[in-house]
Amino acid sequence: MSRHVVATTSEIPPGARKRVTVRGRVIGIFNINGEYFGLFDRCPHQGGSLCGGFITGLVESPEPGDYIYTRRGEILRCPWHGWEFDIRTGHSVTDPDAIRARSYPVEVAQGGEVLERHLVAETVPVSVEENYVVVDV
Amino acid sequence: MSVTAERLERLPEAASRIGIIDCDIHPYMKTPRDLDPYLSARWRQYLMEYDKFVCGPYAARGTYPRFAPNTCRRDSWPPGGGLPGSDVDFIREQHLDASNIAFGVLEPLLNANIARNHEAAAAFCTAMNEWQKQAFYVPEPRLRASILVPQDDPAEAVKEIEARAGDAAFAQIQLGSKTSEPLGRKRYWPIFAAAQANNLSIGLHIGGTQNSAPSAGGWPQFYMEDHHMLVHSMQNQAASLILEGVFEAFPGLKVVMIEGGFAWVPTLGWRLDNHWKKMRTELPHLKRPPSEYLRSNLWVATQPVEEPENPEDLRQVFEWIGWDRIVYSSDYPHWDYDDPHTAWRIRLSEQEERMILRDNALDVYHFR
Repeated sequence: MSRHVVATTSEIPPGARKRVTVRGRVIGIFNINGEYFGLFDRCPHQGGSLCGGFITGLVESPEPGDYIYTRRGEILRCPWHGWEFDIRTGHSVTDPDAIRARSYPVEVAQGGEVLERHLVAETVPVSVEENYVVVDV
Repeated sequence: MSVTAERLERLPEAASRIGIIDCDIHPYMKTPRDLDPYLSARWRQYLMEYDKFVCGPYAARGTYPRFAPNTCRRDSWPPGGGLPGSDVDFIREQHLDASNIAFGVLEPLLNANIARNHEAAAAFCTAMNEWQKQAFYVPEPRLRASILVPQDDPAEAVKEIEARAGDAAFAQIQLGSKTSEPLGRKRYWPIFAAAQANNLSIGLHIGGTQNSAPSAGGWPQFYMEDHHMLVHSMQNQAASLILEGVFEAFPGLKVVMIEGGFAWVPTLGWRLDNHWKKMRTELPHLKRPPSEYLRSNLWVATQPVEEPENPEDLRQVFEWIGWDRIVYSSDYPHWDYDDPHTAWRIRLSEQEERMILRDNALDVYHFR
């Protein structure tokens, strides 16, 4: 595993996503209310690009006629067949034990820290003032 | 040696080099006026005054709310604007080049052939055929058109077939799986006669007229039910074509069943054969057990591929149907698109893959 600087935090505001390539792997970086998550960009079903999907929540129903909308902004649906994934974990909603999109740990680091720790920043110029999104691959 | 075994003996070729044949690509218009250049003043005026040519119960929308906008993949909207399937450059980039498609058969689902006004249907089919050619085939010859016909006016349908036969822009005749009467009825036979005489196959795509409720039990509640019942419409048409003797009358007729599923094909054969052994005196025109026509005149397109709980069960289904009866279809740009290499979770041999992705389609279509 190595740590890679992939974006400034301002590039991926809450609700947004960015497709990045790290060590040949295409990864989607997602921001849920200030928390960042990384998912391998290929859907485990047929390989659709998850970054091209849309972000939604869950409609749940304890019984007919009673509906609740939960997890707003935390569920990603593949642009092809609409398979649903939990952005926080990569697990599929319908079959979480068997199906998951590979997830990568993501953290936010300040520019000074990035420079001090010599994190890999091949494509993103780093300055002390900014905050950066860093993914472990 | 069976056809299948013979095929499997052919020299393998790397799958990645196969130019794939896709039997199901959906074109859309850039604007509602795209047909204007191909319509007479009368029909341009008609469209301005009456706006739509639909057959369903509603004028301004489909029967059920769909799963995705315009029933399309969320990533298939062209960056330059317009509907998915309307921008040839984007179709080329996202599908033809990306998946190495050598030929793609256009399957317009734009209601021209099912307008209730039969004269209008004839005019719209003619216009939409010319539109397919000019808007898709001319700029991108890998895309081949379907001959749309006003199926409920067979004389006009035959005229349209004869006008297009021999034109390399057209790969097949398209019919829908929902029709005014079961497709085997003699009212439709002139279409089959023209298809056979002109060496054109029939692409039988799900959908079509909505003259009655989609299920034998009436109107279902959900889109998911309606979506599933398309399978039944295809199964009904297969039985009708076989039992009414279409393939005895037109033994050279080739019908590809598109988007209707296929795991039901073996059991349809079993059941019909069983009935036929007892009741064949009712159908003296049938010379062979029904399942044999499934293997001589009908093909199935793969999308949406069956996804059994145990992936290997798919291989058994392919075996039952016959490896030579299966042709690849993507359904691009619709939301239930199938990728040619990741749609099946079983590992196909190179020969099997070649048959499904290309060779079997060459038994059906004549690309020039």
